[in-house]
Amino acid sequence: MSEGPSDQMHGPAAFGQGPAAIVLDAANPRRRARALDDLAGGFRRWRLARALAWLDIRNRYRGSVLGPFWLSLSTAVMLVGLGILYSALLRVQVGEYLPFLGISLICWNMIAQTVGEGCVAFTGAEGTIRQMRLPYTTHVLRVVMRNAIVTAHNLPLIVLIFLIFGLTPDWGLLLLPVGLLILGINAFAVTMLLGMLCARFRDVGQIVGSVMQIAFFMTPIIWKPESLKENAWIVMLNPFYVIMETVRGPIIEGGGAPLAWALALLVTALVVAFSFAFFVRFRARIAFWV
Amino acid sequence: MANISAEGLTIEFPLYHAGARSLKKRVLAATPLRLRTDNANRIVVSALRDLTFSIEHGERVALVGPNGAGKTTLLRALAGIYEPVGGKLAVEGTIGSLIDTSAGMDIDSTGRENIRLNGLYRGMTEPQIEALSEEIVAFAGLGEFIDVPIRTYSAGMGVRLSFALATAMQPQVLLMDEWLLAGDAEFLERAKARLEHVVTNAEILVIATHDTKIVRTWCTRAIRLEGGRITADGDVDSILG
Repeated sequence: MSEGPSDQMHGPAAFGQGPAAIVLDAANPRRRARALDDLAGGFRRWRLARALAWLDIRNRYRGSVLGPFWLSLSTAVMLVGLGILYSALLRVQVGEYLPFLGISLICWNMIAQTVGEGCVAFTGAEGTIRQMRLPYTTHVLRVVMRNAIVTAHNLPLIVLIFLIFGLTPDWGLLLLPVGLLILGINAFAVTMLLGMLCARFRDVGQIVGSVMQIAFFMTPIIWKPESLKENAWIVMLNPFYVIMETVRGPIIEGGGAPLAWALALLVTALVVAFSFAFFVRFRARIAFWV
Repeated sequence: MANISAEGLTIEFPLYHAGARSLKKRVLAATPLRLRTDNANRIVVSALRDLTFSIEHGERVALVGPNGAGKTTLLRALAGIYEPVGGKLAVEGTIGSLIDTSAGMDIDSTGRENIRLNGLYRGMTEPQIEALSEEIVAFAGLGEFIDVPIRTYSAGMGVRLSFALATAMQPQVLLMDEWLLAGDAEFLERAKARLEHVVTNAEILVIATHDTKIVRTWCTRAIRLEGGRITADGDVDSILG
């Protein structure tokens, strides 16, 4: 017969530290404090989110020989096709164009997938949300980690591109961790926001899908900003571009434009602020929405 | 000391995706009992309406009432899943909720992997999970099946595992939706002793059930819910009659 120590209990004991107690008062909801508790609790229990992320990947690719490497393979195939076609269409050298296209596609795939899966961050976890008290942050972190792991499977492809085209990374590569951090923060904030919006308004997911499709063509992924000639500055108004630039820049462009970095920080601040405000206001409603 | 207190606790479910307009016409005119429009002109179901009660250390409370009375919603509110729309709720003590014991299980993972996952859900650390794991494995008594995906389990094997998990730890406030042992005869004797141990050692028990025998055996107090309101609250005999 087991008699576990009380600090092993689920529910508020594990959820917040200190004495196990919940006080919920509709007249005094303490929304901000409780949202911060949720975030802290979710990050403190990152192991749960990580375990769920791996589980998702394992279940998604169960029985598949290549598993998540299928994504790298399909990126590679797309890369060869698009690379040959567009280097002819845009009249640029394959050797110059393909590395750009490759890194761009990998970055974009990560962004597009996270946004798409962010839409179902909460509705997809309906079963657990209604049955146990967990930080909502856990569900968001699960989506972000899952996509980070999947994207990491593209690493061999990047190395391959570098080897084939004889590129050597320069000092700009040192900025990559910062770029990835910015990307991660945005992924988290956007997943949180879209997860809530899509739980409440079921049409948002469809809208997001269309927007992302258009954004793929509007963002310099298969074309370079330089091809806009004197209008190249206009890409700076594209939030996808500046965020992507913090990852693409360090890998292939010697660090990326300072303006793009500054704007990326601005975009991040706005996205985080908006998402946090929304989370503070509507966190308690998520259980009713899913 | 564990205790629960609710003052004017109200929980409402907005019906977001139900074709509000036609539904409104049809339902509101006819039965203004539990569906109403809120001030944002949405249709809401009043699941719990203005509940005031307190449960002290040592009490064993049965929630009784017809289907749809709000019993499970009240349990979920006590577990902190639904936050009150109106009123106040305070729960002191570690909470163990056996509302749906299969929640969070992954059918493609083995029994052992599910034990680990369950531990993570409960916020345990690896060593704590490790320590508890062997005991759960032994109690579930699934033999070699513990290392097989639970997708392949029979219904009875699934019950064994989720029961072993659910009762592996001792909460101060135990929330149960129906008595866990319903129907599993072969496993019953050992399981009964274990469940009784957990129930007896909890400082507060709140159980939603239709089984009057369970209520009479285990509970010291019964709260009757009807239509989201408390219609009677008192000792078991006076409520069940």
